[in-house]
Amino acid sequence: MTTAPVKTVSAKDRSRPLSPHLQIYRPQITSVLSITHRMTGLALSIGIVFFVWWLIAAAAGPESYALFLAFCGSGFGQFLLFGWSLCLFYHLASGIRHLFWDVGHFLDLKGAYVTGYLVLAFTVLATAALWGWVWCVR
Amino acid sequence: MSGGSDSIRTPLARARGLGSARDGVGRWVALRVSAVANVFLIVWFVWFTLNAVGADYIQFSYHLGHPFNAVAMILFTMSAFWHAAIGMREIIEDYVECEALRIGALIMLYMIIFALGVTCIFSVLKIAALYGFNG
Repeated sequence: MTTAPVKTVSAKDRSRPLSPHLQIYRPQITSVLSITHRMTGLALSIGIVFFVWWLIAAAAGPESYALFLAFCGSGFGQFLLFGWSLCLFYHLASGIRHLFWDVGHFLDLKGAYVTGYLVLAFTVLATAALWGWVWCVR
Repeated sequence: MSGGSDSIRTPLARARGLGSARDGVGRWVALRVSAVANVFLIVWFVWFTLNAVGADYIQFSYHLGHPFNAVAMILFTMSAFWHAAIGMREIIEDYVECEALRIGALIMLYMIIFALGVTCIFSVLKIAALYGFNG
């Protein structure tokens, strides 16, 4: 018996409707923190360009570095830096949570919820501490 | 017919490469190892950045030029960029359906990561050479 060639059908080719998923499944701390971990990772990767600029500006000389500092001090620059640090602290805490899962801890529902709230608390506290220091103390 | 671990698969399935990729553990480990390294390096990086706030060019250059900070910055660059590359690779593999675009995007990803990473390391070395202990 000859078999027909394997043909993959992408979602776009379907004439049948998909089952509802995102529009019907209630957001929970497990799923929301998971996708946020990915999104903050993406945001951090894009923000790496800023970090590269910092080092290039420093290597290039005082004028380049002054331009970089001016951008950092601007409202838009502060907004970007604040956002990047928020993503960093979230991704750091959520990443450590993942590492605990990798060795088998906190995989039950209660553990996932408690560590989930800890991740959110750390994110808020660390960001507040950092920027409180930068804006108020320094 | 020959036995071995694939004995219940048809030859056609084996030829088409269906089933598990049997590869990828190295990437899983690299993501976790770079993650653990990043935990330590980020602690240093936050300290480093806080010390850089308000510093002028000369102060910052001596700050980064110090051997410990220069080495840490290079290690941070390598670990963070490699971690970012693996993460971005997973995102591209998950969401780009067209195979040609996906492969193109992955190639661009690695080119960009290496270009930016080497640029960072070069910049740190340049500053360390000029503003290190004996610079």
